[in-house]
Amino acid sequence: MIRVEGLTKRYPRTVAVDDISFTVNKGEIVGFLGPNGAGKTTTMRVLTCFLPPSQGTAEVAGFDVVKQPMEVKKRIGYLPETPPLYPEMEVREYLQFVGRLKGMTRGALESRIGEVSKRCHIDDVMTRLISKLSKGYRQRVGLAQAILHNPDVLILDEPTSGLDPKQILETRDLIKELAGEHTIILSTHILPEVEQTCQKVVIINRGRLVATDTVENLTSRLRGSDAVGVEVSGAQPAEIESALGALDGVTAVKTTATKDGRARLEVEGQPGCHIRPDIARAVVQAGWQLHELHSLSVSLEEIFLQLTGAAQPDEAAKGDAQ
Amino acid sequence: MSNIWVICRKELSSYFSSPIAYGLMAFFAFVSGYFFYAATAIFVTRGMEMQMMGRGMPMDVNEWVVRPVLMNVSVIGLFLIPMITMRLFAEEKRTGTIELLITSPVRDWEIILGKWLAALLMYAAILGVSLLNMFVLFAYGRPDWKPMLVGYLGLLLQGGALLALGTFLSTTTRNQIVAGVGTFAVCLMLWVLDWITAFNTESWASVISYLSVVTHFEPFSKGVIDTKDLVFYLSVIFFGLFLSARSLESLRWRS
Repeated sequence: MIRVEGLTKRYPRTVAVDDISFTVNKGEIVGFLGPNGAGKTTTMRVLTCFLPPSQGTAEVAGFDVVKQPMEVKKRIGYLPETPPLYPEMEVREYLQFVGRLKGMTRGALESRIGEVSKRCHIDDVMTRLISKLSKGYRQRVGLAQAILHNPDVLILDEPTSGLDPKQILETRDLIKELAGEHTIILSTHILPEVEQTCQKVVIINRGRLVATDTVENLTSRLRGSDAVGVEVSGAQPAEIESALGALDGVTAVKTTATKDGRARLEVEGQPGCHIRPDIARAVVQAGWQLHELHSLSVSLEEIFLQLTGAAQPDEAAKGDAQ
Repeated sequence: MSNIWVICRKELSSYFSSPIAYGLMAFFAFVSGYFFYAATAIFVTRGMEMQMMGRGMPMDVNEWVVRPVLMNVSVIGLFLIPMITMRLFAEEKRTGTIELLITSPVRDWEIILGKWLAALLMYAAILGVSLLNMFVLFAYGRPDWKPMLVGYLGLLLQGGALLALGTFLSTTTRNQIVAGVGTFAVCLMLWVLDWITAFNTESWASVISYLSVVTHFEPFSKGVIDTKDLVFYLSVIFFGLFLSARSLESLRWRS
């Protein structure tokens, strides 16, 4: 549905997007992830024909954004970072204007406005002035505007920014509902959002593509080894460390904290080796108390930090290599 | 074509849903009413003087009232135009709604033409207020309606030309005030341009005097449609809209 190849966007002093390629299949929800200023918005603007690329190509539904912008624009619904609203209009009036702008016929428009307003939960504010709406309602009117003409592709730039937690949940549910009939690209710097709503992640940092994969693949690919967190009491940490280190398949043991006589340890095992039962048995046989035993899976958050090198700059290279 | 109308309607409704339209109309009604009163007063006193002196020379209402009023109105227009055009694009750029317009299946020139047309209709509506004064003339006298019509056509053409330049200036900034002041400066310059050339016969002077918008309005105020003036206004309109289109396009390469 969307094909981006070697996309580059240069400005006089900076390169906003540097040689990015990815594809999105029909019906997928793809999360654009990256710190602020990573080039997410620029990439989206290229896809919506707002900005022309300096190099490379982008295709939406088989149409090139430079050569056939009109065809692309017809098939795209776009919610920019700040919803493009006219404060002096009423919500219904605004949606009517947008519908006409997108070339909808009058009959189709009226029934569609009814549908969309219910879907986006704005049917109770249809006759209100947009300038009087709260931030959450404005965002939803913005979303209604984007899906109004039933586009094949939805491009949402930080659709949940500025909403309260309840509204964020509602918006996420709405986006999930929309998937399937629409292909969705959404950008965000909130990681749980991607984990919860998206099937695929495109991570961008400083204009470069860092990773593009499914959420599961990224997590398992980056885990590398099986790490287990253990909390044990009844012996000195050093004693526990050596006992656990002697187990089969364990590659490293590290005490991370001791509190009230309980030692917290991180045990790393070889990939594929299930070391947790062995650890439990070893602890119990030694007569110690086992308080906790859990798998330390890498969260998307850590992957993100690793990949973008936001926390540890040298980790980024490692992430790339992997 | 229908896209132009969609944009135009939206612009018009936003003029009339804010105090701008009403404020400008009220201002114009007041000022043009004042000029009308002044011109009629002069006409009436002169007429009475003539009669007392026993010289019953026929006095032309068009010559004495309509023409000076139209000339004055054309100057008031210079002040109204910046207020009409300043928000056209500057506001959209500031609030980000320009992204909606540009990412919709609408061509750049349709956006520009729609907005310019709305500005022109707004200007026409404001001018329409002065028709009330003209009706008074018809009620109490027999002015010729044809030169009057030509005069209003001239006003619209002059307005259209300046509105096109104002539209262009509005695309260059996201600040309405900058757009307004810039447009006002341009309008003022085009108005006063021929002052310095009044007694100058050199060739550069004739070029400058040709550029003055008010010089080209004068024949219209007399009821004369000169192709030269028509071409001037139409080419300024085209020039302004062309610059707007270029400027809107450049927005994508720069922003």
